[in-house]
Amino acid sequence: MDTKSITKNELQYVFTVKDVSISYDDFIAVKNVSMDMFKNNITAFIGPSGCGKSTLIRSFNRMNDLIPSASVQGEIKYQGINLYDDDVDPVQVRRRIGMVFQKPNPFPKSIKENITFGLKVNNMTDNLDDRIEKALTQAALWDEVKNNLDKNALDLSGGQQQRLCIARTIAVEPDTILMDEPCSALDPVATKKIEDLMQSLVQDFSILIVTHNMQQASRVSDYCAFFTTKATEDGRRTGELVEYSDTKSMFTNPSEILTEEYISGRFG
Amino acid sequence: MNNSQLLKGTKKERELKELAFLSILYLCVTVAIVTLMTLIYDVVSTGYNRLLSDYELGLINKVTIDNPKDFLTSLDSRDPLKAGIGPAFAGTIWLMIIVIAATFPLGAGAAIYLQEFAPKNKLTRFIELNLTNLAGVPSVIYGLMGLAVFVRLAGFGRSVLSGGLTLTLLILPVVIVASREALKAVPDTIRQGALALGSTRFQAIFRQVVPSAIPGMVTGMVLGLSRAIGETAPLIFMGALTYVNYYPVTPLSGFTAIPIQVYNWVGYPQTEWKNTSSAGIMLLLGLLLSMNALALIIRNRFEKDW
Repeated sequence: MDTKSITKNELQYVFTVKDVSISYDDFIAVKNVSMDMFKNNITAFIGPSGCGKSTLIRSFNRMNDLIPSASVQGEIKYQGINLYDDDVDPVQVRRRIGMVFQKPNPFPKSIKENITFGLKVNNMTDNLDDRIEKALTQAALWDEVKNNLDKNALDLSGGQQQRLCIARTIAVEPDTILMDEPCSALDPVATKKIEDLMQSLVQDFSILIVTHNMQQASRVSDYCAFFTTKATEDGRRTGELVEYSDTKSMFTNPSEILTEEYISGRFG
Repeated sequence: MNNSQLLKGTKKERELKELAFLSILYLCVTVAIVTLMTLIYDVVSTGYNRLLSDYELGLINKVTIDNPKDFLTSLDSRDPLKAGIGPAFAGTIWLMIIVIAATFPLGAGAAIYLQEFAPKNKLTRFIELNLTNLAGVPSVIYGLMGLAVFVRLAGFGRSVLSGGLTLTLLILPVVIVASREALKAVPDTIRQGALALGSTRFQAIFRQVVPSAIPGMVTGMVLGLSRAIGETAPLIFMGALTYVNYYPVTPLSGFTAIPIQVYNWVGYPQTEWKNTSSAGIMLLLGLLLSMNALALIIRNRFEKDW
């Protein structure tokens, strides 16, 4: 890796994406995406089902590697380093770029063990108790669970489980958090808590969120990318990036007609 | 729509049909349960006085024996009232220990490899298919193989070690299939969650997925074990059918097992042998039922609602 080639320009971005297409075998899920995402901002991906936004976000921490048929063309640079270079270790990538999933997926163990697992596999076992408290406090969960850290995580409510998943993600001190529809399994109260949490986390982390909910995107994000699907000749649907701008102008003055139709609820 | 279809038949007719069908189902259930109960009653009524060494009751209450012996610990004898199941009981315990020691690492290892690491290709599918087929191979075939491989080739002789390893081969397919099911039941989100925290594939599998699947794997093990200790046919080739009247002291000792001992006793002419063999059957049934109960308890106690 030639670090000198990283320009100053690239350092203000967390991800610079150039001509990225992702396919499963011969099916192209998302095509020709180019966009740059800013550090310490919340970038939201919106769009109808099947437009490839989840596929795209999963390629940012190489979770797509788990699907043998998936392949990525183009260039995804993370702070100037191409994530798909041969000498990049996906395990290190995932350690730096955390991920929160659609359905809360705590390990079927105690709250404490949920946090310590990530710390242990990353050899961050000094001051375990402090780290646990810090992560849970950052995730706005500490006050609710501080008295029974040995309780099984599956006994928590859905919203608490999701905040626990956020806590264990930030415990390993990543610098970016990917969120794949983190609130779609939660009720409005729990959703509000996660959204507030994101606003406080963005001080320290860069956040990418995929959401189906346009109100959520307009509430929480600083930048917004709108994707849609286009039918190809063989009748399958490929996702494309339609518009990418700051959230305010996208929701008040979209430059593409498709975006306007989607955010005003006329389709999707 | 034709309304006459709605008005077909009276309520009474419908109820009668339903009742007739239900009665047939009840009959089927009754036949199964009554048969089982009769068998158990027959065994218990003839065997309990022998098992409990209580000679004042039951069929043989008029018999007085000098020097009565404990059924569970004493040696076999030519006198049906003095014959004990000690060596066979010990043989079965030895078999269980060997089977557990061999099956757990082999079964769990094979299941973890096949479920978590094996590439999804034709060879893997071929192995999977054959595992299922192996589970259906008659146990006597395993006995012949054990004779060739463990007794002769490996030179373990007709010993409890050969017997245990043969039974291990017999139950391995079942244990592997059950363990794989347990691993498969762990949701993918757990694997992804572990990987997303920066763990390696090995760490994700051995620290999260496998521990979550252990209860299911143990349940499969216990059920396999309960099948193994009820087996008779494969052990015939291990010399277990001959008159063995000593306790196995090393893995290379000769041995006999409860089902084989019972089989021997049933063949003798005197009526008192019936009591003795029934007592042996009760012991075996007790062992089997308590192992199956253990499997149920483990499953219910640790079952996870993902």
